[in-house]
Amino acid sequence: MPESAFVDLGDLPLGEGGHLLLKRALWQAGAGERVRVSGSASTLAVDLAPWCRQQGHELLELVTTEPGVSATIARGQALGARHRGAERAGHAVASRPDAVVDKPPERWGLAARGALVEAGTPRFGFTLDDKDAVWTDDASRLYAQAVAAQWDPATAIPWAEAPALPDAVEDAVVQLMTYLIENETAALILPARFIARLHPHFREVMQLLAVQAADEARHIEVFTRRALLLRSELGLSTAGGQASLATLLDEPDFALASFLLSVLGEGTFLSLLGFLREHAPDPVTEAVARLTARDEARHVAFGMAHLVRHAGRDPALLPRLAAAVERRHDALANTAGLNDEVSDALLLLAAGSFEPPALRQGHARVMTLVADMDAGRRQRLVRLGFPEAQAEQLSALHTRNFM
Amino acid sequence: MTEPRTLIMGAVAYDPKVVTIWEGFKAWFAPAGLAFDYVLYSNYEAQVQAHLAGHLHVAWNSPLAWLQAERAAARRGRRAEAIAMRDTDRDLTSLILVRADSPIESVAQLSGKRVGVGASDSPQATLLPLLHLAEAGLEPHRDFQVVEHDALFGKHGDHIGGERDAARALVAGTVEAACVIDGNHLAFTREGTLPSNGVRVLAQTAKYDHCNFTVFDDAPASLVSRFRELLLSMSYDDPVVRPLLDLEGLKQWTVGRTEGYAALGRAIDRFGSIDAFLAQVG
Ligand SMILES: [Fe+2]
Ligand SMILES: [Fe+2]
Repeated sequence: MPESAFVDLGDLPLGEGGHLLLKRALWQAGAGERVRVSGSASTLAVDLAPWCRQQGHELLELVTTEPGVSATIARGQALGARHRGAERAGHAVASRPDAVVDKPPERWGLAARGALVEAGTPRFGFTLDDKDAVWTDDASRLYAQAVAAQWDPATAIPWAEAPALPDAVEDAVVQLMTYLIENETAALILPARFIARLHPHFREVMQLLAVQAADEARHIEVFTRRALLLRSELGLSTAGGQASLATLLDEPDFALASFLLSVLGEGTFLSLLGFLREHAPDPVTEAVARLTARDEARHVAFGMAHLVRHAGRDPALLPRLAAAVERRHDALANTAGLNDEVSDALLLLAAGSFEPPALRQGHARVMTLVADMDAGRRQRLVRLGFPEAQAEQLSALHTRNFM
Repeated sequence: MTEPRTLIMGAVAYDPKVVTIWEGFKAWFAPAGLAFDYVLYSNYEAQVQAHLAGHLHVAWNSPLAWLQAERAAARRGRRAEAIAMRDTDRDLTSLILVRADSPIESVAQLSGKRVGVGASDSPQATLLPLLHLAEAGLEPHRDFQVVEHDALFGKHGDHIGGERDAARALVAGTVEAACVIDGNHLAFTREGTLPSNGVRVLAQTAKYDHCNFTVFDDAPASLVSRFRELLLSMSYDDPVVRPLLDLEGLKQWTVGRTEGYAALGRAIDRFGSIDAFLAQVG
């Protein structure tokens, strides 16, 4: 018979950590093997039997040896049962081959990617579980970038440097901020909804969407703060604007929603925020437009990255995206589009005053903005794989409300 | 008499997890071809009476409830059988603890002292340790004071609270000794209820057994036999039953045996613990 393993607990009681030494010895001994244990703690003699009973080991012999006891234990079947039938849930490092699987099983649930998952876990129902639909290898890089680029509204924006503006200009700023806030709210809710459905196996995407939602929370904060800097009331929220955003929130498909929100909506907002920065009447408005645009560029980049990959793997995707734009256009056909208050505010900011020549120039600048927005959308649509002509047609169908 | 289609088991709801456990087993039995259902009682006395009245076929009984069932059945000329038990129901012991710095070195020195026990109907924390002292010559209530820590009377000490209170009383100094089941010495040390090196084992009872599945001789034989066969076939390697076995505190079901209840039989004879119950059920 082979020599059994031996562990000496010294005067350490089983209930004060001694069980770890014993467990380790039994684990190392292997199934069915015996371990001899000794110790001088006064309670070891009474603790060993219940411990073995509860753990499913057999206490073969217990001898009193002044001081203390010595015992022989046969390792039971139960030790290691949690490892039998357990399954490795991919690998934590996304760049490893096979780290991120195509269709993570429901049974992996909340387990860390790369964890050894015991059989018998509960079902969670993460329905967004198709790698083609959500994944991009860029997610990890974009997440790191997003975390590094977080900014603190309290210090990043020169709140004290807001000069008193002509009433009409300040009104225009407040109206624009009011419009931006509701758009940012839609942009927060949408990724937040998808996070709740996304299989946590796609960890980097989940993390990136979470930071994206946090970015939007900050955008809501700074736009609100700018609006209330010199005024006590916000501007008008129109039914048409909300109708446009409602069609976004109604979209249950991740690819379609991401396309409408990030590629078309946030893409268009990049031009809008650039315009606002350029024609900002004060340093605070300039700063909020500049900082939020930086975040939006990342949101657009993620949308583009996973949709380019998705389109490359699924030839049916582009026709579905096109149909989504058409469907949304039809749904919004009878709504007012961008409200007059917002478009007038943009014109006035670009003009800087009510002087007719300034207004004419403001109008021309707004026309340039609209052309910029269209050019940006067409360029991104082409990158997704749409032919030029179709890109032009789809861009023209995009909501007049911009987002 | 034709055999019923569904086996009805009784259990005492000493904790909400009892529902989880038996719902889980019920779902596991169904595809194995056993129609199984359960009824919960708030106390063992009600369960034993319902069992005698034929409301259930098998009872998950505490050791005291087993003796109640066995003796009440015998008075009616019927026979009780223990068909299965947990691996963790076998060969338990109880401990009589004193504080490490206590001058008490022998059982005899408990004379005139206060001994903390669990619920008055707890075999492990009251009846068996008191029997141990009585058989060593110290009669409870006469030779020493018994301080009960009643958590949920009627549940036969299934709830750990009474024993924990007894252990706390020992640490606080309101009793000179406390009675707990061996596994709870370990548990109370690990959770910190008993301080490091704070207590000493004054005495340990002989080994005894705990719960079992009890049937009477008129139980539906083939249903009971299928039930027993399925229990014994459950494996801790099965991820579906493993969480249920964990909740119920076992690794493997084993066959029943009744020799391990002899000491408890002597205790209830000596203390008259179930006389009133037997008189009541007739
Ligand atoms: Fe935003
Ligand atoms: Fe955004």
